[in-house]
Amino acid sequence: MTSIDLEARGIGKRFPGVVANHDVSLHIRPGRVHALIGENGAGKSTLMKILYGVQAPDDGTIVVDGDPVTFATPTDAIAAGIGMVFQHFMLADNLTVLENIVLGAEKRHGIGGAARQRITEISGRFGFGLDPDDLVETLGVADRQRVEILKVLYRGARLIILDEPTAVLVPQEVDALFANLRELVADGCSVLFISHKLDEVLAIADDITVMRQGTTVGTADPATATKHQLAELMVGSELPSPQTSESTVTDDVVLELRDVVVTDDAGRDRLSDISLTVHRGEVVGIAGVEGNGQSELVEVVMGMRRCRSGSIHLDAEDTTRLRTRGVRERGVGFIPEDRHRHGLVLDYPLWENRILGHQTRRPSVRRGLINRAGARADAQRIVEEFDVRTPGIDTTARALSGGNQQKFIVGREMSGEPRLLIASHPTRGVDVGAQAAIWEHIRAARRQGLGVLLISADLDELIGLSDRLEVILRGRLTARFDPAQVTASDLGQAMTGGRDA
Amino acid sequence: MKRSSIVGAIVPPLVAVLGAMAATSLVIAVSGGSAVDFVATIFSVPNERVLITIINQSAMLSLSAFAAAICFRMGLFNIGVEGQYTVGACAGAFFAGSGLVPGPLNILVTLVVAMLAGAGYALIAALLKVGRGVSEVISAIMLNYIALTMAGYLVARYGETSGYTYVTAEIPPSSQPLGFNLFPNAPGDVWALSTLAVIVGVGYWFLMSRTRFGFDLRATGESTSAALASGVSVGRMVLIVMALSGAVAGLVWMPAFFGSVHSFGPPENFQAGLGFTGLAVALLGRNRTIGIFVGAVLFAFLAGQSNALQQEGIAKEVVDITQGIVVLAVVVAYAVVGRRRAQAEQERVARQLDAEREGVSA
Ligand SMILES: Nc1ncnc2c1ncn2[C@@H]1O[C@H](COP(=O)(O)OP(=O)(O)OP(=O)(O)O)[C@@H](O)[C@H]1O
Ligand SMILES: [Mg+2]
Repeated sequence: MTSIDLEARGIGKRFPGVVANHDVSLHIRPGRVHALIGENGAGKSTLMKILYGVQAPDDGTIVVDGDPVTFATPTDAIAAGIGMVFQHFMLADNLTVLENIVLGAEKRHGIGGAARQRITEISGRFGFGLDPDDLVETLGVADRQRVEILKVLYRGARLIILDEPTAVLVPQEVDALFANLRELVADGCSVLFISHKLDEVLAIADDITVMRQGTTVGTADPATATKHQLAELMVGSELPSPQTSESTVTDDVVLELRDVVVTDDAGRDRLSDISLTVHRGEVVGIAGVEGNGQSELVEVVMGMRRCRSGSIHLDAEDTTRLRTRGVRERGVGFIPEDRHRHGLVLDYPLWENRILGHQTRRPSVRRGLINRAGARADAQRIVEEFDVRTPGIDTTARALSGGNQQKFIVGREMSGEPRLLIASHPTRGVDVGAQAAIWEHIRAARRQGLGVLLISADLDELIGLSDRLEVILRGRLTARFDPAQVTASDLGQAMTGGRDA
Repeated sequence: MKRSSIVGAIVPPLVAVLGAMAATSLVIAVSGGSAVDFVATIFSVPNERVLITIINQSAMLSLSAFAAAICFRMGLFNIGVEGQYTVGACAGAFFAGSGLVPGPLNILVTLVVAMLAGAGYALIAALLKVGRGVSEVISAIMLNYIALTMAGYLVARYGETSGYTYVTAEIPPSSQPLGFNLFPNAPGDVWALSTLAVIVGVGYWFLMSRTRFGFDLRATGESTSAALASGVSVGRMVLIVMALSGAVAGLVWMPAFFGSVHSFGPPENFQAGLGFTGLAVALLGRNRTIGIFVGAVLFAFLAGQSNALQQEGIAKEVVDITQGIVVLAVVVAYAVVGRRRAQAEQERVARQLDAEREGVSA
């Protein structure tokens, strides 16, 4: 099959108040996995969107197989053999794998037998193991991601662009994804992907390009480069080394769940007999493959979902029947897993987003009235303390890069001295430097007595931050580990129920 | 920055009005009328009597638009303003006419009754939505028909005859407020209760931009999921906001009622259609306080001037075309201006960057 050789030369893209890309050059050679790394806000996603025709560059040219091209829309990019998988999947839950893939590409192989045959063929060739008739809502994240990739391949893509594909995966799933990518590359496809996890980058990439402050600052050879060198290239300075910390766990219980059962609309159990305590000054980590009840656990604690039986206590108070506002008023911070849906009003400026979730508390609101000056000053504080890269607090949340949105949410949810923090993937999508900074913020708050319920797919984060680890599997807490003793492979096995992925 | 944002707010409606006038002129010219006469009449200086009508109609239209806007801001489409103000007017008129409360106090209590009636009627649609998932648009359309029919029935059953129709009992003279006599020589006053529009307008602005309730309401409109996660009880908000919108709707006809009509009895002694026009005014004003006032004045102005069209042999209904096109055109114009501004901003950043680079290399 044909391969694609894509070169970007001198690409520039400006947004109000920021230069997202300038003088960006990149060469993606056929049959190679090309990693793009860089700090939050360095301009990686912008570059990908330009290569895929979602946004038009202000300057520069894209050269495919020696010919300059311009993409007005993604349709043009697809016609040139370029496909992209966004970080937020775009699948219809209530359709099958086949229907999702064929949707919008009916012209290729129709919607019947030929399409099915083609899907089975691609799935088999690259080891995806997908059944065309499975409903997408029954699939886990890793499989959904494969559906997205298959969708792109089905449309004839020879260069596949992936924006932070591994952020939502647990390590075994990452390995499986990489195996798929190797198959693709062996077949002559090329892959461009973004990741903030430098180990992964070194493990899979054939070429590495580093971006900093909107421009490409260099390339690295994965055969010889080290993690530290990459980090230095990205940040332009040395990486802060992780600190060891002594336990600050106390005997005071902040959060207690007793035999909590949650069922879905169809009456199936989503959480079964969950009993769990978090103490003051303690971080309890929940390890598990996504979709095993983590969302339900978080939502039931936050009062966004009712439990069918069991009870929830905050300190000594029974909060089982409390709604979200009541829970938040009692000093519970909440970092949601989906920052776009639950964490931000994307079209509000940052200072108004500061108020979100804190509508009944100072400094943003006083006696039912919005305190603009207070909210603005505190938004400014978050921007500075958490190093949120933005032109200002009047910029809309939508205009921030993914990692910077995340940093702002973390800052907001840790303000007002919460006593409990419910953190779902608190560092998802943030760069290594910012990740270390967020961990340090959480550790500092823990020393002051903050209790944390931490849900994460990142085993380093779970092991490094937690005082206790619980494994969640099909809605039950199935194992408990001491993070000082546990190995990543033990944890991995427990998460998949003993089956190795 | 400040100046360009003011320009950005004023230019689109201006362009929209001119575009709508041009389109209407075209329609008139094509159908054999005189476009010149049309433009000249519309842009002529209104006489004093028309001016007073424009002011009073603007007041009622803006009340109706605020009622609609309260819901729009939360992503609800309260097409039932029409029915809610009919019910409010009917209930208010029966109460005021009964003379249960004496003198000026009657006015105040009547306003409360009208608001409660409007709110109660709006709650029917809200409860159906929250409890049963019925779209508020569908139920409100049905409720609009029921409201007018029911009001007609009630007036026929319990009202008095007046010529060929039925009306409610007239308000006692002691409860009829004096208007503002702007022009001593012209007939008619600016109604006392037209000031309600200003009060409601200020209240609307304050509620939306300064209070927690307003923040919750807007956040729900922008992103229901984020509002939920932030602690807003969306179901409860729907009930409260629909009721509030209905309460404001209940006030819509009160200026005319107390100012000139003094009794209620559709179709003669009641002005129907204000609810639907209010929706258009809210759209035109993009749910902003000033925008709504400007939109209401514009619509009232067009309607006021349309009577004079008949003398020129042009059907006055053509202004309905103008009004419709204005709403449509303003939506387009805002989008275009928005894109222009983003582009200008990008060019500014680019120039700055070039300047910086030259500074570095020099
Ligand atoms: N639609 C937009 N409007 C305004 N500014 C934008 C827009 N999209 C991106 N930006 C800005 O462009 C810069 C680059 O953003 P981009 O999303 O490309 O970063 P990134 O490298 O992908 O970061 P991250 O690792 O956090 O995802 C950021 O400063 C961001 O604020
Ligand atoms: Mg990004």
